[in-house]
Amino acid sequence: MNALPLSYIARNLRVRRVTTVLTAAGMALVVYVFATVLMMTEGIRATLVATGQPDNMIVLRKGAGAEINSGISRQQAAIIETLPGIAHDAGGRALASKEPVVLNNLPKRGSGKPSNVTLRGTGAAGLALRPQVQLVQGRMFRPGGSEVIAGRAVAAGFQGVDLGATLRFGGRDWVVVGLFDAGRSGFDSELWADAEQLMAAFRRQAVSSVIVKLADADRFEDLRQRIEDDPRLGLEAKREERFYAEQSEALANFIRILGTALAVIFSIGAVVGATITMFGAVASRVGEIGTLRALGFRRSAVLAAFLGESLLLSLLGGVAGVTAALAMQAVDVSTTNFATFAELAFQFRMTPAIAVQSMLFALLMGFVGGFVPAWRAARLKIVDCLRAA
Amino acid sequence: MFLFRLLLKNAFRHRLRTLLTMVGLVVAVSAYGLLRTIVDAWYAGAEASSSTRLITRSATSLTVPLPLAYAERLRAVDGVSRVSWSNWFGGIYITERNFFPQFAVDPATYLPLYPEFRLSEAERVAWQRDRKGVIVGARLAQKFGWKLGDNIPLRGTIYSGTWNFTLRGIYEGADASVDENQMLMHWGLINETVRARSGRGDYVGVFVVGIRDPNNAGVISERIDAQFRNSLAETLTETEKAFQLGFVSMSEAILVALQAVSYIIVIIIMAVMANTMAMTARERLAEYATLKALGFGPAFVVRLLFGESLLISLIGGLAGLLLTLPLAAAFANTAGSLFPVFRVSASTMALQLAAAFVVGVVAAAWPAWKMSRIDIVAGLRHVA
Repeated sequence: MNALPLSYIARNLRVRRVTTVLTAAGMALVVYVFATVLMMTEGIRATLVATGQPDNMIVLRKGAGAEINSGISRQQAAIIETLPGIAHDAGGRALASKEPVVLNNLPKRGSGKPSNVTLRGTGAAGLALRPQVQLVQGRMFRPGGSEVIAGRAVAAGFQGVDLGATLRFGGRDWVVVGLFDAGRSGFDSELWADAEQLMAAFRRQAVSSVIVKLADADRFEDLRQRIEDDPRLGLEAKREERFYAEQSEALANFIRILGTALAVIFSIGAVVGATITMFGAVASRVGEIGTLRALGFRRSAVLAAFLGESLLLSLLGGVAGVTAALAMQAVDVSTTNFATFAELAFQFRMTPAIAVQSMLFALLMGFVGGFVPAWRAARLKIVDCLRAA
Repeated sequence: MFLFRLLLKNAFRHRLRTLLTMVGLVVAVSAYGLLRTIVDAWYAGAEASSSTRLITRSATSLTVPLPLAYAERLRAVDGVSRVSWSNWFGGIYITERNFFPQFAVDPATYLPLYPEFRLSEAERVAWQRDRKGVIVGARLAQKFGWKLGDNIPLRGTIYSGTWNFTLRGIYEGADASVDENQMLMHWGLINETVRARSGRGDYVGVFVVGIRDPNNAGVISERIDAQFRNSLAETLTETEKAFQLGFVSMSEAILVALQAVSYIIVIIIMAVMANTMAMTARERLAEYATLKALGFGPAFVVRLLFGESLLISLIGGLAGLLLTLPLAAAFANTAGSLFPVFRVSASTMALQLAAAFVVGVVAAAWPAWKMSRIDIVAGLRHVA
């Protein structure tokens, strides 16, 4: 006789319902925290990765790291536009967008507390460079007008950002004339206005970044070298995808480290719970263990049965935890990204990898918690067991 | 006394189980305390702020500079005693991981506004004389092992290039709430360099405005902002505390999550503890029936269960509380300058004990209710 049937294991859990539910609930909470942290990290990453286009290049001042720190003069921007390797539109104009970026402090809906919203000056070229941005309501801002269009998340998250409403900044009133959907990318958290008007309002002589479309995405290195070697410029170039991925790093890492540390601490509590439960299960079934052994079941079968019970318990907890975490996908989160000092909206994002990792984490807790009691059950002497019963 | 001895004996009858439960409690209570301390540390800047200082910044956002010329007009506002200014420098010391706040300030006007930064007279004079000089907080100097006269290179992000500064002074906080992780440099040096490079200078990040009477903060703020309304650079003036809280609220989503998580761990341990008590009660069914048969009332059984649960939870809670202090110290060391002030507050300790108490009560509630109602005959029969 090799193994005890699974139904025997499962029935034991059912007999001690309250204990099973309490232990599984503890594990479910730990798995829930573990999964939501990973989902948050993934959500931030996915949002910012979707922001960059593979064939776009962004140019910033050397060492700036973020658009708000950067400054590129008009002359420098003009030089960049003339470099070879940049795509051109049907009219022969270089597909380059010279963009001033300003942070604008607006009150959040609900709490009324202010947070920074990225205000980007752009133009027709900027829209052409970002195919994921679609106007869903209203119209595009007119060049030369004090008008802005707002990303989906800004309109949803901030007070006074409604179609037709006015926002006051830079000594002027700006009318919100359109709302756009940027396909769950970082642009959803931005306000866009005419670049020239924005520079005039804030008395700026320099733009923050220049974004260009590469004629051939594979020739990025050539262009990068050309820009970074040009002594007139003092600028650096990055693939847009990489630039935005880097912006997600600080916040995503922070949440991941903090969250994982918490989940590990919590798991100690849940493992203790599982150990107590399994010790209880062993203690109350000493006679049963003796009978099984007397019937011919081996020590390994007893070990497997108790370990199986613990794993099944953690499986229950894991499924409950992951299911609860799945519901979090409906929640929109918005917080300040340290790298840009501006608000970034994102969603919790479940991936198969996260689900698998969470389940493995649950099973690991079940294994660690169940092993010592199961080991002890397997080591019991038949005679002692039967005498105790 | 008899009851207490019975409780002790009962609690440690299953030594391993009780010990495991206590381990769980220790972990939960110390984690709860640590999380609350992290949240507190976030608010530390606001706690340390002075009610006699206002911060005037651009109405658009902190990143939009204001013209230096505003200083004169601010000084003329009724109720204002002193005016100084600072710029966020945002330099990197060796790597991004060594983050600490750096401000370019005007030493002559800035230091009188921050009396809580204790700096010896000799060091203050030395700093004022050396335009490339900087002063840093004691904790920061200790972290990087800086001594007076050391050269500190910073890679600029906002002000490009590598800047070499000389350490001229180390300040200490007047009390534990003062941020000793800052570096202050000469605003004049930065300004000159910017002007030489781009031809545009004389811009500041924020004005720090000293006021005579904290009660007039609201009125003075309004007066200042009215001065600059409809100008090219409109201002927003608030108390230093409100200004600091503005930073806190930016990370609010993370704070709310941390707070939620700190309660989740209490719930987890509640489940573990309740499980322990439920198992204990189930095993002692026959005993309780015997006690009842001997004439002890249901209240006695209830007291036994609650007493045992509370005994375990409070011992565990106390141990967890004691463990929090070294844990917090270790965490503060690892996190370094991320959290300038990191202390376990008295209210956190009280909350930790309260949490342990609640866990003990809740865990015993259901078994106690059930055991007080057992049928003696059924309970005694359970033995067989």
